[in-house]
Amino acid sequence: MLDALVLARIQFAANISFHILFPTITIALGWCLLFFKLRYHKTGRMVWMDLYRFWVKIFALTFALGVVSGITMSFQFGTNWPGFMETVGNVAGPLLAYEVLTAFFLEATFLGIMLFGFNRVPGWVHTLATVLVAVGTTASAFWIIVLNSWMHTPQGFEMINGVAHVTSWREVIFNPSMPYRLTHMLLASGLTVAFLIAGLSAWRKLKLGSGDNHSEAGLASRAGLRFGVILGAVLIPIQIFVGDLHGLNTLEHQPEKIAAMEGVWETQSRAPLLLFAVPNEAEKRNDYAVGIPGGASLILKHDINAEIQGLNSFESHPPVLPVFFGFRIMVGIGVLMLLLAWVGAWQLWRRGDTTPLLEKALVLMTFSGWVATLSGWYVTEIGRQPWLVQGVLTTADSVSAVIAPKIATTLIIYLGLYAFLLIAYISTLFHLSGKGIKAMGESAGMAGVKGLPELVAKNDSAVKPNTLNEGGAV
Amino acid sequence: MSELFQWVFSETGLPLVFLGLMGISMLIYAVLDGYDLGVGILMATRPEAERDTMIASIGPFWDANETWLVLGVGILLVAFPIAHGQVFGALYFPVSLMLVGLILRGVAFDFRAKSKAKYKHRWDVLFSLGSLVAALTQGYMLGKYIVGFSDGAGAMLFSIISAVCVTAAYVLMGASWLIMKTENGVQARAVNVARIMVPVVLAGLVLVSVVNPFVSERIFDRWFVWPQVALLALLPIATLALLFALWQRLGALGQPDVRHTGANQSATSLRRLWLLETTPFILCIGVFVLAFAGLAYSFYPYIIPGTMTVWDAASARESLTIILWGCFFVLPAIAGYTALSYWIFRGKTRSLSYV
Repeated sequence: MLDALVLARIQFAANISFHILFPTITIALGWCLLFFKLRYHKTGRMVWMDLYRFWVKIFALTFALGVVSGITMSFQFGTNWPGFMETVGNVAGPLLAYEVLTAFFLEATFLGIMLFGFNRVPGWVHTLATVLVAVGTTASAFWIIVLNSWMHTPQGFEMINGVAHVTSWREVIFNPSMPYRLTHMLLASGLTVAFLIAGLSAWRKLKLGSGDNHSEAGLASRAGLRFGVILGAVLIPIQIFVGDLHGLNTLEHQPEKIAAMEGVWETQSRAPLLLFAVPNEAEKRNDYAVGIPGGASLILKHDINAEIQGLNSFESHPPVLPVFFGFRIMVGIGVLMLLLAWVGAWQLWRRGDTTPLLEKALVLMTFSGWVATLSGWYVTEIGRQPWLVQGVLTTADSVSAVIAPKIATTLIIYLGLYAFLLIAYISTLFHLSGKGIKAMGESAGMAGVKGLPELVAKNDSAVKPNTLNEGGAV
Repeated sequence: MSELFQWVFSETGLPLVFLGLMGISMLIYAVLDGYDLGVGILMATRPEAERDTMIASIGPFWDANETWLVLGVGILLVAFPIAHGQVFGALYFPVSLMLVGLILRGVAFDFRAKSKAKYKHRWDVLFSLGSLVAALTQGYMLGKYIVGFSDGAGAMLFSIISAVCVTAAYVLMGASWLIMKTENGVQARAVNVARIMVPVVLAGLVLVSVVNPFVSERIFDRWFVWPQVALLALLPIATLALLFALWQRLGALGQPDVRHTGANQSATSLRRLWLLETTPFILCIGVFVLAFAGLAYSFYPYIIPGTMTVWDAASARESLTIILWGCFFVLPAIAGYTALSYWIFRGKTRSLSYV
């Protein structure tokens, strides 16, 4: 039987991995919805309303999955890791409390108004609700990233009788890795959504046939594809730049994580950038290594001859294999994203349209953001092991021994449930994309919200923003 | 005033304040998610058109309702971390089951309208099933808590009965909500269900009231000591009065001539009808509040009955202080926009139109 630590980690990893998929989408999608809505009010073009109405459905579904999988976390913090709250609860507690107080209620309440209040409130209130939902999801990300970053680069506290007491909240909140991690995560959310929108829109466009550039559905899928590709093309170079900065920050504070990411066993100068290798933990070397000499030194120290600290120089270091591969999967997807988004943007610019080949590639990349984000989180979280809070508390010391047999029996239920929900979610997204075509093709704008004047729906141009609702938003 | 302020932020006061905040969060959760879990359970036997109306009546609210659970559990986690680990360690299986129930109903709510039409019914089944499981496990956990997490057959039986009674209370809450928010057939059936639930809830309350004092001498002595007992007797008497009033209103609502149709609806009769339809829900809240007050009186100041007081379990004062300041500013805002939401969606539920 697996021991308590492994079980607690597997269960927590399963829950938190499942959970993070959904906020990764809602954080950025909330702002995209606001953008669609504002564009509609500004231009009066129905295509923006179509985009809003389609993606708000997906937002609602994704949000629900995020909420319920998040409730689980609030119980498991205490049951799986009692040592965490007992040791650093004075830091973690207020941060978690502020997340609930400032973000959860805000987003949940205004989501109700956003989803069900379309015909009940003036347009500006509905737009305000959309803004507050986006603010809420982002605020939630802020607090949880603050806490997570503190676990990597803790400061602003003192230990009294084995318990952390805060000496400076400013230092706790603005801990060294927080700005990088927060930006990196927000951009990851943006890219995940960019490729989700591009992928599903491309799938729709392919289903409709390339000749369709006049029907409601055709226009909406083109606009969605265009939006996704451009968003991706803009964000990916920024993400690569920010990712590099985050890496340098990690090198400063958690060099053993970087050594594991780069597979550097022995301290060496001119450390190679390994394109491929299989780290061999037992023999402390890399098998089948293919690398660019001096590459890692160049990237990390901006000097091809610089010395990189190896895993041998640390008292303890994380398991190398998952960190090494997680990092390569993340970077690989980033490169693919760069390629596809830029080719797409170039095609849109030169030809005004994307090629079916690119569209098929985008369909394959629909959930690539998820894979990259999860890989990145595995790199940073596994890369912190054996610590739970770097230098303060080990994961092994915070686990509950009594809980192991209970976890063993419930783990399989959770895993089954998550697999089922993931399949249901992905297939429903593609189903909705297909259904959207019919609904819009048959009678433009009639599905879903009532009270939208038909004259707006039938006429794509020259519509005053005020026709959407009595108040007239913006 | 400043003395009160000092007490609130003192070593003695802070844990009590957080106990109060946690208790109130849990009470609000029980009331709010109580009605939407109840509606979920009631949906099980209804045809699709009625299910749509019932779903629409809770649509804008359920999400925020469940956030009160996160707040309540969150306060336990951050203010009394040791107790959090012990309580949910002891309740591990029912908690896991409850989470599965809450997850299923939360997602089914959205999937039912978005997945393929042929799956809608299955998602509805999951929605009702999830609601039922969540209600039963919460009742079971309440029972386990009351008997101080003891494991004997009697404790088990008591917890199971508690599960049934809490579920009945949620169904009663849900039915009262439907009486207030819906019309015609859905409303009429809600009245019938509510009438069945009232005696079950009464039986549950009597059982808890009888068992609770005998769980420990400490609780017995709290209740049955002169002269407090005279004042405390008001609690069960008031509860009975509320349940009786509820029973009466439900009887009046069950009369066939309660709704005058057509032109003879004067403003006063409409207002009277509105009052009659709203009162059951208010009375239900009253019953929940009184039951909560009774339990709170029994267990104060323990966070784990008989074992751990709030002072034993509390986090450091400076951390609690900074959370409390947040509460001062944010809780009124939450109350404000929650009220705004209920005001926006006031009156009878309109036909289902999720965006």
